Parts: sequence; structure tokens; C-alpha cells
Amino acid sequence: MEWYLPVIWAALIGTAVALYVVLDGFDLGIGILFPTAKSEGERDQMMRSIAPFWDGNETWLVLGGGGLWVAFPHAYAVIMPALYLPVMLMLLALVFRGVAFEFRTVSRSKTWWNFAFTAGSTLAGFCQGIILAGMIQGIRVENGAFAGGAFDWATPFALLCGLGVVSGYALLGATWLVMKTTGPVADRARGQAKMLLLTVLALMGAVSLWTPLSQPAIAQRWFSLPNILYLWPVPVVTALIAFGAWRALENGREVRPFIASIAMFLLGYLGLVISWFPYLVPPSMTVWQAAAVPASQIFMLLGTLVFLPLALTYTALVYWLFRGKVQPGESYH
Amino acid sequence: MDLDPVLLARLQFAFTITFHIIFPAFTIGLSAYIATLGVLWLRTDAERYRRLMQFWVKIFAVSFAMGVVSGIVLSYQFGTNWSRFSVVVGNVIGPLIGYEVLTAFFLEATFLGILLFGFNRVPPWLYVLSAAVVAVGTATSAFWILSANSWMQFPTGHEVRDGIAYPVDWFAVVFNPTFPYRLAHMVNAAYLTTGFVVLAVGARYLLAGRHVDEARTMLRMAIGLTAVLAPLQVLIGDQHGLNTLKHQPTKIAAMEAHWDSSKPGDFIIFAWPDEKAEKNHFEIAIPHGSSLVLTHSWNGLFPSLKDVPPSERPPVVSVFFAFRIMLAIGFFMVAAALYGAFLWWRGTLFETRWYLRVVSQTWWIGFVAVIAGWVVTESGRQPWIARGILRTADAISPVSANQVLTTLILFVVVYGIVFTMGIYYINRLINKGPQGLAVEHSENFSASPIAAASDAGREALGGK
Repeated sequence: MEWYLPVIWAALIGTAVALYVVLDGFDLGIGILFPTAKSEGERDQMMRSIAPFWDGNETWLVLGGGGLWVAFPHAYAVIMPALYLPVMLMLLALVFRGVAFEFRTVSRSKTWWNFAFTAGSTLAGFCQGIILAGMIQGIRVENGAFAGGAFDWATPFALLCGLGVVSGYALLGATWLVMKTTGPVADRARGQAKMLLLTVLALMGAVSLWTPLSQPAIAQRWFSLPNILYLWPVPVVTALIAFGAWRALENGREVRPFIASIAMFLLGYLGLVISWFPYLVPPSMTVWQAAAVPASQIFMLLGTLVFLPLALTYTALVYWLFRGKVQPGESYH
Repeated sequence: MDLDPVLLARLQFAFTITFHIIFPAFTIGLSAYIATLGVLWLRTDAERYRRLMQFWVKIFAVSFAMGVVSGIVLSYQFGTNWSRFSVVVGNVIGPLIGYEVLTAFFLEATFLGILLFGFNRVPPWLYVLSAAVVAVGTATSAFWILSANSWMQFPTGHEVRDGIAYPVDWFAVVFNPTFPYRLAHMVNAAYLTTGFVVLAVGARYLLAGRHVDEARTMLRMAIGLTAVLAPLQVLIGDQHGLNTLKHQPTKIAAMEAHWDSSKPGDFIIFAWPDEKAEKNHFEIAIPHGSSLVLTHSWNGLFPSLKDVPPSERPPVVSVFFAFRIMLAIGFFMVAAALYGAFLWWRGTLFETRWYLRVVSQTWWIGFVAVIAGWVVTESGRQPWIARGILRTADAISPVSANQVLTTLILFVVVYGIVFTMGIYYINRLINKGPQGLAVEHSENFSASPIAAASDAGREALGGK
């Protein structure tokens, strides 16, 4: 039990974060692509495609953060202070972007809220990339508490990861638009998706090479025998899926590019899990060291087993209710 | 710079949580009101209920959006600013917050999507059910967050080993002794806050001679609700006070600015408590008033501030004045609601213009009372963050004061803009009012309810 519980919780939180990245990823991506629209009508169409979903999508972020606190309070108490400024900036960016949804069309001049929506979405994605980089680079811990400086995370590698996440979200957003919209918006998104696919592949490759070069422990995990025999399919399958996404975009497919983009994200995520496990705060705190006491993890697990399937069910219900394409000028019925 | 990181962290949290509580205080009540209107609409098929329901849904959407984004911030601040707190009590109250996310947030967020965008996509019963589910979700959220807060006020069901709290009895943790009173007081306050907003909007329309049918419905519903809940709140408040006297006597002493426990307590109407001199200046008081309320006897004695050393006392001035603001608003609410009920009974409610003029201006009083109440209970908990377990000064993160100050300034700027615009848009929505055609129009052509309302609002204002 003492061994399994933290592993189960790490898997649950990992799932919540993966769901967050994919779900909020596409609606943040819409914000990143917002300035490329040619008219307010097109921007209305883009926003309408995500309006019923964004609030639910962002709830996974609360579950990820809250879950980390519940199940691994020691990790939560180290990661949050270590990445204080990127986390705070991300939250402020999400505030601006969240209300921009609602405020945008109300104001007589839409320019300002269009800007807030784009800037908020882009900054939130960029900060999430920095947070990822901060974790990969490792956090200085002494006596179970964060012991580094305010700007330990600020490295060229963090910049690379920030750009990687922003272009990845833009790819998810573009392929979502291919699937959910029609007309010029969908056509433009198809072209953007191709360019973004190449950008994301290049950045994923760069991060994947830089990480083992700078972190010997991660290099050891991937390139030692017999690990490499099991792990080589991860990058290969990613490349194959990217190729499939390209073909699907070329052939006018509408759903496949989005599914393929999600698959690429999840494989990248799997790569991180392989690099990290069993560390929660690399390189010093494992899931077992960071865990809450079993009594707390069990109490929370019981609720999760009942309510998480429920939450997934009504999330699916809403996506099903608002299925299909958003037409220009069309409403929700 | 020589900044106090504890003070800055407290200022930042006080600012972000004060901003946040404004929205739940409104949306808990408003979602229940919307669900009630929906049920009335299903049962009577009267158009005015549907128009009112859809009108308030738009206002709900603006408020809820601000509540959601400011709430996400809080869930991360426990870690960014209060990491020692997260570790020391995380085993015990972490799961309570976790249950809030699982049982309430997903419910609210997903069914809100149906409530805002699904009117023409789902059958009416499912639409009204979604409204009810959102109402249940907001109340469930209040349940867990107040349980966690009450545990910090008077922790039970745990044991402390090496300075860390561990759960022993979950039932005792969740249903800790101050929780039922605080929950009842807060949920009732949220309903009252919404009641006074609805009352003000109805009165505003009636005075202007607009939307008369809907205005009368709103006035009747608001007065019917507040005439019961406002007096009930006085009763709950009294019981909550007695409960606090039992578990947190020093907080009561600060609320009453009661320095000397060898004498009966007067109820102080006004004074300037002097924490250094340990006495009150300029005191105007009702003799033996506090003794009567708190001990139900003329000469009853209760603990005072001087019973504990200064290091154990909460800040007296803020607790004392916030308590008086809350009380004054509470009794005003009782008077306004009962007098409204009296006018209704006499059959002159809709013609008594001076009364309508007064209540049309008092939409904000519930919010102020809620904030004042939270100042009383949270400042009154000091110097502890979790009483007897961890002091506030020992709970902060190892982050520099400059980082906290920078983000504090950013929060003030960002929230200032968001709040100003939000109030402005809500006011515009109210100016437009519930109109059949406008509602249909907005349902059909706009991406979001606020956007919809703005289209309608622009038409009404003659702009473009």
C-alpha cells in the first residue's frame, strides 16, 4: 500500500495534467492564432467553437494543482515557490484571457479585448513551457524546502520549452479549427497547421536532444541497455504520427489532424514520464518522499474513484451536445 | 528594500480572496434564483419567468467568469505563498479542497456550458435541471471550502507529530465544531446578498416604469425571501457568536473590544480600541449589552483580551469595526425586508416610491456585509493560520519579498481593470433589462451571453 498509493496518485495527477494540456491546449491555441483572423466575424467564429468548453477545460488545471497539493504536499510546497513568477504570471494571464471571452464583444472597440485574449493565451502557454523547463532542469532542495533563487528557471532552455509549448498549443488550436469550422477560417487553419506541425517537430526534437545532453540521469535512462531496446519506438512512433498528420492535412481530412496532434502531445508527455519517473521534483524528491500520509491519499482516492468518472461523463456530455461544425453567423442550435 | 514578506504575503492573499469572495457570494444565491425561476417557468409556462431566467443567466455568466478565474489563482497561492502551510496541514485540509474540485467545480463548469449556450439545444427540463445542478454545485463548493476554513479556526480530528498535522478521524475533521454555524451563516448571507440585488433591480425598473410585470415579480420574490432570511440570519449569527465564544473566546473579545473579564461586557456602539493602552477611547455603549447577548444574564462574565498575552491577540481595530459594519447592515436588512413585507401586506408596495428609491440603491450592502464578516472571522483567527498548529508568520514560502510585492502590484492592476469592466458590463445588462425579443436575438447571434447582452444593450442605447 505504502508503495502503490503514491504511484496510483502520480498516475492520476499525470492523467489530469495530460487532459489539461490537451483540452485547454486547443482553446489556448485559438487565442494564439486569434490575430491571424481577417475579420471580427472570423474571430467570432473561432471563439464560438470553444465558448461552451473552456471553463470545463480549465478546471483540469485546478485538479492538477489541487491534486498535487492533496497527494504530494511536499512536492507542491517546493515546486510552487521555485517557479513563483512563471506560475503567478500564468495565473494572471489566464485571468485576462478568461474574462476576455466574456468581455470582448461587449466593448464597442473590440481591439483591446482581442489583444487581451491573444496576449493572455500566449503568455499562459509560454509560462507553462517555462514551468516544464524548470522541472526538467531540476529544483534546488534543502531540508525538504526550496532553496534556490527567484530566477533559477530563467535559461535559454526555458525559452526553447516556452516556444515549444506555444507552438504546440497553436497546432492543437489550428487542427481544432480544421475540425470545427468551415470556410476561410478552416482553410487558413489547415495551412497554419502544416507550418506549425514542422515547427513543433523541430522544437520537440531540439528539446529531446538538449534534455539528455544537459541531464546525465535522463541520458542514462534512455540510452543505456536494455532501456533503449524498449524505448526506441517512442520517438519513431511520434515521427510516424507526425507524418500521418501531414498526410491528413494534405488530403483534406477534418478530424484526423486533431487526433494526430493530440497523439503527438501525449507521446511527448510519455517521454517526460519515462525521463522522470519516479521523481516528482527532479532530481531530489521521489513520489514516495513527496507523498501525503496514506490516510489522506486513501480518503481522497475513494472520492476520486466515484467523482472522476462522473466528471468525465458530463464533460463528454457537453462535448457531445455541442458537437458538429460552427457555421459563420450560426448559433448554438 | 526592507520589506516584511509575511505582511506582503498576507496583503496579497487578503486582496485576492476579498476580490474572489464577491463573486461566489453572488453566484451561490443567483444560481438558486435562476433555478427557481426555471422551475416556475416549467410549472406555469409564464413568459415572464423565462424572460427573467434568461436575463439573470447573462448576469450570472459575467460574475461566474470572474469568480472562476480569481478562484484558480487561490488554489495555487497556497503553494506559491504559503508553502509551509501546505506541508503542515496539507494532509488534513488538502483532501477537503480536493473534494471541492471533484464534487463541485466540474459540475459547475460543465453544466454552466449548457446553461449559457444550450437553451435551444436541449429540452426545457434539461435546461432547468442544468440550472439546478449549477446551484447545487455552488452550494457544494461552499460546503467544502467552509469546512476547510472552519478547521483552520478550530481544528479537530487530527494529531500533530513533529509539527505536522495528521488526520485521525475524517468525520471530525470535516464536521469540526464551528463548521455548521459558519456554513449556515455564509450560505444564508449569499442568498441575502442576491436577494437585495434582485430587490434593487426590481425597484429600479418599477421607479422607471419599465418591465413592470417582471419588476413586480422580482420585488415579490425578493421580499418574500429576505423577510424570512434576514431575521433568520440574526438568529444564526447569534448562535454562531455563542459557538465562537465557546471555541475562540479571544476573537469574541476582539469583536466586542472587551479588555477586562472581571466586569460584565457593555455592548459598544462606537469606540476607538487602543491596542497599546489596552482600553477604548470615545466609548459609547449599552451597559451590560454584550453580557446579555453572550451569556444571557445581566452580570454575566466572559473572557477578555487581557486574559491572553498580546502575542496571542488578533488585531482589535479591524475585527471590531468590521463586526459593527456587518451588524449594521444585517439590521438594516431586517428592517428593509420586514417593512417591504408590511407594504406588500398593505397592498402599497409597488406605489411606495420612497421605499423603492431606498432599496434600489442598496444592491451593494450584502457584498460589504459578507466581506466585513470574513474580515471578522479571518483577522479574528490571527495570529494563527491554523489555530494551535501553525502561526501565520511561520506559514510563508521561501520566496523573496520583492517577488511577492511585484505580483501583488500586478494583481491590483489586473483585478482593478477586470472588476471595473465587469461592473460596467453588468450595469449595462441591467439597464437593458429582460426583453423578450432581445433575449431571442442574443440567443441566436452571439458567442457569449455578455456579448449577446451587449448587442442588445447597444441597440437600447442607440449606438452601434
